[in-house]
Amino acid sequence: MRDGRTYRIKRRAKGFIIYIFLSIIALTCIFPLVWMFSSSLKTQSTIFSNMSIIPDQPQWKNYYIAWTKGGFGIYFLNSLFYTAVVVFGIVIVSSWAAYSFSRLKFPGSILAFNMFLAAMMIPLPGSFVPLYVLVNNIRKVLMVFLNNSNPFLLKFLSQASVDQLFAFTEQQLYPRVAYIFCMINVGLSLSIYILKTFFDKMPSELEDAARIDGCSKLGIWWNVALPLSRPAIAVIVIFNTLNVWNEYILAQLILSEKSTMPLQRGLMVFQGVYVTQYPLLMAGLTMTVIPILIVYLILQKYIIKGMTAGAVVG
Amino acid sequence: MNWLKPGKKKIKINPAMTDKIPETAVLKRKMKIARAKSYLENFSFAFPAILIFSVFYIYPFLKVFQLSVCSWNGIDAFSFGKFYTGFTNFKEILRDGIWWRSMWHAAYITIIALTLQNALALALALACDKEIKARNFYRVIFFIPPVLSEVVVGLIWQWIYDGNYGLLNYALNNFGLSNLIHNWLSDPNTALTCVAIVHSWKGFGWGFIILLAGLQTIPRQLYEAAKVDGASSWQIFRNVTIPLMIPVFVLVSILTILGSMQVFILIYTMTGGGPGYHTEVPVTRILASMVASSRFGYACAEGIIFGLVLLVLSFTQKKISERVKQV
Repeated sequence: MRDGRTYRIKRRAKGFIIYIFLSIIALTCIFPLVWMFSSSLKTQSTIFSNMSIIPDQPQWKNYYIAWTKGGFGIYFLNSLFYTAVVVFGIVIVSSWAAYSFSRLKFPGSILAFNMFLAAMMIPLPGSFVPLYVLVNNIRKVLMVFLNNSNPFLLKFLSQASVDQLFAFTEQQLYPRVAYIFCMINVGLSLSIYILKTFFDKMPSELEDAARIDGCSKLGIWWNVALPLSRPAIAVIVIFNTLNVWNEYILAQLILSEKSTMPLQRGLMVFQGVYVTQYPLLMAGLTMTVIPILIVYLILQKYIIKGMTAGAVVG
Repeated sequence: MNWLKPGKKKIKINPAMTDKIPETAVLKRKMKIARAKSYLENFSFAFPAILIFSVFYIYPFLKVFQLSVCSWNGIDAFSFGKFYTGFTNFKEILRDGIWWRSMWHAAYITIIALTLQNALALALALACDKEIKARNFYRVIFFIPPVLSEVVVGLIWQWIYDGNYGLLNYALNNFGLSNLIHNWLSDPNTALTCVAIVHSWKGFGWGFIILLAGLQTIPRQLYEAAKVDGASSWQIFRNVTIPLMIPVFVLVSILTILGSMQVFILIYTMTGGGPGYHTEVPVTRILASMVASSRFGYACAEGIIFGLVLLVLSFTQKKISERVKQV
């Protein structure tokens, strides 16, 4: 038989070592973020000399400067805008499609669904090349169309405001719309897949009841299917929110005006222009991280579930 | 041709009206129209998704193949006949040393991720699987890096590695290891490993979460039974945990391989592929061919070759996992 006391000591030591190990790794996870935050409160001169975590005089004005002069205010609002619009678009479009694939059959519906499935399976690393070409081509066509409608527009508007309209369309409206649609497409396949499997498992009695009561198909989707699929929608919203907020490559290729850029793109622009302005860069990074971190800490259970579900399926 | 067959759709007929049923031919036509109308309505639900998907996925997908056999700079008006060059792009890629080096770099990062990152993830998952307090706390902390964007992670770590003001050199100096100090990301010998470590740092939370979920599905009775039989903890690990975890290991390694091969933004933000070409990976090469040298056709051909490599990799992994499941 084992000696009870030494066994207990052994076990305690083992537990202690496990805690130390876990805590060290946890520290390496948090430390870069803590350091980023503390650096954002230092001045340009103290940031390289003073390596302490807690700065002597926190420079909160760094955030103000980054927000206004660094342009992070615009980037931040753009990020919010893109994330909100894209996620909303994905939820609507994918739940329509998933509902149709699950309940409302039409010739070729299985083929269409399999296409979305295949899109998740086939990796296409260079797809941003033709996407860029496509977005550029549509812009050209759009501008030709606008130029052709110039005489017609001049009947209502002055030359100056027509020019303004053209510039606005080319630099603001079109890139934003194109980016939004590209991002909706990025999230579409996975969202449709998750929602369709959810709808398939859902009992259809409630929908039948609604149909007998004379509800239209759109009404059933809105009043019955959508409210019942709330858990699946939550997964989709979380997964896509993180995806859109963190997206970089399409933003770089499609958005060239500073005023249309989201945070990730803005960070790179800022870093390219002010290479050595570390405090402001760190303030910008903090601004990028904080919203995601808050959402993550509040919804961590669902986020971990949602993101792993997404990765395992994809 | 199963998918072409219409679904079972019943047209309801009021039983009270049966005596007034018109001739079957007329009825059939009416049913046909009703069915077509219903199909059209059903299709309209899926239409927005199919439209977006066709324009932004299928069209680019096909366009990649078309562009890959062309030599086009992205500026001139595109016409297939004018720019068609056959398979010269692919032939050139076969002889492109930088491209194959970038492929090796991706493989190197993948190998580090497979070993270092997954070993760490497994160790953490095993530690958390024991009945410890604050398991959820560690879960939350370890999943912070995967939630962050690659741009953010890249920029933070770029500064940590910085040769002049970086935290790493500062720490080394303070611990009396000043002979190790150097410019981590601009030294060709260390740059790739540094990037791979950051990639593993960002990714181990994934493996940890999935492995922990897998470990927790193992019934506790098995452990207890083994203990009663007098097995040591190593024997339990070797003969109970590992065999039951093999499907999860396969899943994690598939995810790691596919994710690490396509690593890109991290490198783009940290080193931009430099110094020289020492941290180039396939996707940065594709982007460079497109943006820096304006060779859209070449970029597409690179994309196809890389896509095929990924497809083969994931296919083999799936085959292996199927075989493992049978055993």
